[in-house]
Amino acid sequence: MLAQEMTSEVVASTGWFLEHAWLIPVIPAIAFVLIIFFGKKMPMKGSELGVLSMLSSLVFSGGAAWQWIQRVNSVVDGAHEAVVEGAYHAAPYVQPVIHEWTWWQSGGFHFGIGQHIDGLALTLLVVVAFISSLVQIYSLEYLRGDRRYTHFFAALTLFSAGMLCMVLAPNMVQLILGWEIMGLCSFMLIGHWWEEEANSRAALKAFFTVRVGDVGLLIGTAILFFSANNWTQKNLGVSGFNISGLSAWAMSGEASHSALTWGAVALFIACIGKSGQFPLHTWLPDAMAGPTPVSSLLHSSTMVVAGVFLVARLYPIFWEGMKIGDTNINFIVLIGGITIVIAALLAFVQHDIKKVLAYSTVSQLGYMMMGLGAGAWLPAVFHIFTHAFFKACLFLSAGSVSHSGSHHSFDMKKDMGGLAKKMPITATTWIISTLALAGVFPLAGFFSKDEIIDNVGYGGYNAFMIVGLTGAFLTAAYMTRATYLTFFGEARGAAAGIHHDVHDAHAVVDTHTSHDTHVAVDSHDAHADHGPHESPKLITVPLMILAALALTAGLFNATPFGESWERLKKYVEPGSEYVVVGAETASEDGAQAVTMSVASMSVSSEEKVTKEGCAVVAPEAGMACYFPTVSHAPFKWSKAALSLIIVALGLVSSWMFCVQYYTRRNRRLVGLTERNKALRGGYTFLWNKYYLDELYEKVIVHSIAHPIAKAVYWVNQNILDSIVNGAGKVSRRVAGWVYRNIDQRVVDGAVNGSGAAARGTGGALRPVQSGKVNQYGALLFSAAAIGALILVIINT
Amino acid sequence: MLTTQFLLLGAVLFCIGVYGVLARKNAVMVLMSIELILNSVNINLLAFSVRHGSVDGNTFALYVIAIAAAEVGVGLAMVLLIYRNRRTIALDDLSEMKG
Repeated sequence: MLAQEMTSEVVASTGWFLEHAWLIPVIPAIAFVLIIFFGKKMPMKGSELGVLSMLSSLVFSGGAAWQWIQRVNSVVDGAHEAVVEGAYHAAPYVQPVIHEWTWWQSGGFHFGIGQHIDGLALTLLVVVAFISSLVQIYSLEYLRGDRRYTHFFAALTLFSAGMLCMVLAPNMVQLILGWEIMGLCSFMLIGHWWEEEANSRAALKAFFTVRVGDVGLLIGTAILFFSANNWTQKNLGVSGFNISGLSAWAMSGEASHSALTWGAVALFIACIGKSGQFPLHTWLPDAMAGPTPVSSLLHSSTMVVAGVFLVARLYPIFWEGMKIGDTNINFIVLIGGITIVIAALLAFVQHDIKKVLAYSTVSQLGYMMMGLGAGAWLPAVFHIFTHAFFKACLFLSAGSVSHSGSHHSFDMKKDMGGLAKKMPITATTWIISTLALAGVFPLAGFFSKDEIIDNVGYGGYNAFMIVGLTGAFLTAAYMTRATYLTFFGEARGAAAGIHHDVHDAHAVVDTHTSHDTHVAVDSHDAHADHGPHESPKLITVPLMILAALALTAGLFNATPFGESWERLKKYVEPGSEYVVVGAETASEDGAQAVTMSVASMSVSSEEKVTKEGCAVVAPEAGMACYFPTVSHAPFKWSKAALSLIIVALGLVSSWMFCVQYYTRRNRRLVGLTERNKALRGGYTFLWNKYYLDELYEKVIVHSIAHPIAKAVYWVNQNILDSIVNGAGKVSRRVAGWVYRNIDQRVVDGAVNGSGAAARGTGGALRPVQSGKVNQYGALLFSAAAIGALILVIINT
Repeated sequence: MLTTQFLLLGAVLFCIGVYGVLARKNAVMVLMSIELILNSVNINLLAFSVRHGSVDGNTFALYVIAIAAAEVGVGLAMVLLIYRNRRTIALDDLSEMKG
């Protein structure tokens, strides 16, 4: 098979930031401890520690990203020289920078902790650190005067630390650690204003719903560990928790297929919970109960992206386990496709601006999952990247509106409208991000979302390409509705300067707005005139930075402009090349070799194989694959034009409808849901969120918990009680007989007899207890002497 | 044998100790007699340790010394308290335990 093997030593450059990338999550983790212990005594109540730690994490991850680019360049250049001209060759695999130290060991298993730095990890690290920094700066103003200001920053910092820890995890154990830290912090942050019962309920719901999925994570990890451990120990010298080990195992062709499938399914259930995919997405909109910066962080770069990241990280397992290479419908693409459409439809009936964004997030996560499920790995990762910027911007804009424009209300229909004139900066950033989200041409969303749709079709999933296009239409339409209601039309409620009693008005409509009572103590200018106005600089500057990135982030991987623009493809997508594994490349002590052997597997000419690389042919002994060969759709303007037209249709039709419906109050449209039975049914169905909450709470919880409770009660009343009662009756009769016959005659006799005997003996022994110490001593020693005598006699 | 003489010494000391415990009326003297008994046991332990060529006996002797110290501490404290309450430590007067 190996016609000619060209092994050349390509030196992959490394650097200080790459080697010490594990510091990136450690800094905020330390900051968390400091804030908890010393935060209240600091001049800015600990918030400066949070901001500083996130900024330094950003610097570290930026440095690491820069050195990674150098590394990829050095490897790619070296590989190009080594390859015969003209031969098709798989992309070179750049060895990730892996360090692993033993964290703890138990029963012969070593659980490591460390870093696994490659393009995917670095993309997420930079995005998370960047968004976290901006969100913390924004929170300085947004939460000013909050009663748990210090704790808020502590939890926010730990939250980012958890995400960073998960992103650079070299093994499943550390990944679970970061995953669970995030789960805990999301609970703390969503329930930040826990005095309102609705908020603490939302926090509990988020926690429990995600936990349902987390069971899958543990089961999946266990399945994979026990099936892969032998193989990875033998071939790579690493444990079955190791992520690169698991990838190589999945691609080796020796992995048990059922283990792969069930492991992948279990892990994907965890992703469904964490990333708010179809059946378990219900926690995400309720998570809006937290402060807006939390929603922004949760829904853009951390938490919900964790599930998508897990699929992207262990892609070989999903690739093999779900058979993504085939064009049959698999679990991931199906869930992703369903999520896109149902979440987008739900966004139409929301009154709350943040809930529109929440459903939009769910829908966009559906895009990412669908992309991953259809083999479009890079577009999905790219969509994580771009989505983080414009979704963070949208959430922060919504926060800005409520902060300064609508008197802490999030209700678009009651308290907003016409704010574009009053809040020009917020309106501009919102509109830019909306267009980016909708996927209008030069903005970020176009490049990533269109790539996903394009690649899904190219991968053979034609039905899902249509789903994607439908989703694009819906996205454009619901975002236009939200924009119109917030920034255009006539001003209503608080946006018009009207002050209704906030407590009554908000308690009815939604749950999270009631926090104005907590923030209202702040002393900044927002309440000087009580009218809508632009937000202060600490809010608008992060907005402007994010909006600028929403405009330009797409250029990082602008497929339409040719290969030189596809930077993410070059630096992030792992190569699908066969890698020679030796003991020195995978030694566990972290002294991983920086030199790697590139073995070009030229296919001999008689075998007419056009492609080479992993997932085409299983690797030979001594070789390993770390990433499947994924195909990339060639960009065509005709396809892009189609999706652009669909987006434009969505934007325009929704705008026309909004103008007619909300401002002109067109008779034919207003009240349509009351008149038309089918429409009313659809509206009610959507308004009740497909009755999923009812399904979970009333049907599942009741149908499982109530019959059990009832059965237990019945058993308790009828069986246990009758046993107890019967036993009681019988024992009373027995007791009566025993009392008369045994107690009175036998026992009492014995007791009295023994009493008399004791008295007699006592009298006889009385002289012994003389109270004289010497006499006691004499007794003791004579007894000892007798004992000694007996011993001597026995032994002789 | 040398050890025999040690054992004899131990026996003599033991007898003196027992006599002290039985005959003396002063509580402090009784405690001192008990110390004699314990130390005679120590001598026995060491003698047998030498005879059998093992260090077990020495180890036990060390334990006995430690426990004897504790015992004397407790005993003297009790004697002191008795003296404070009654102005006497004569054992003949301490007959509250008479049954």
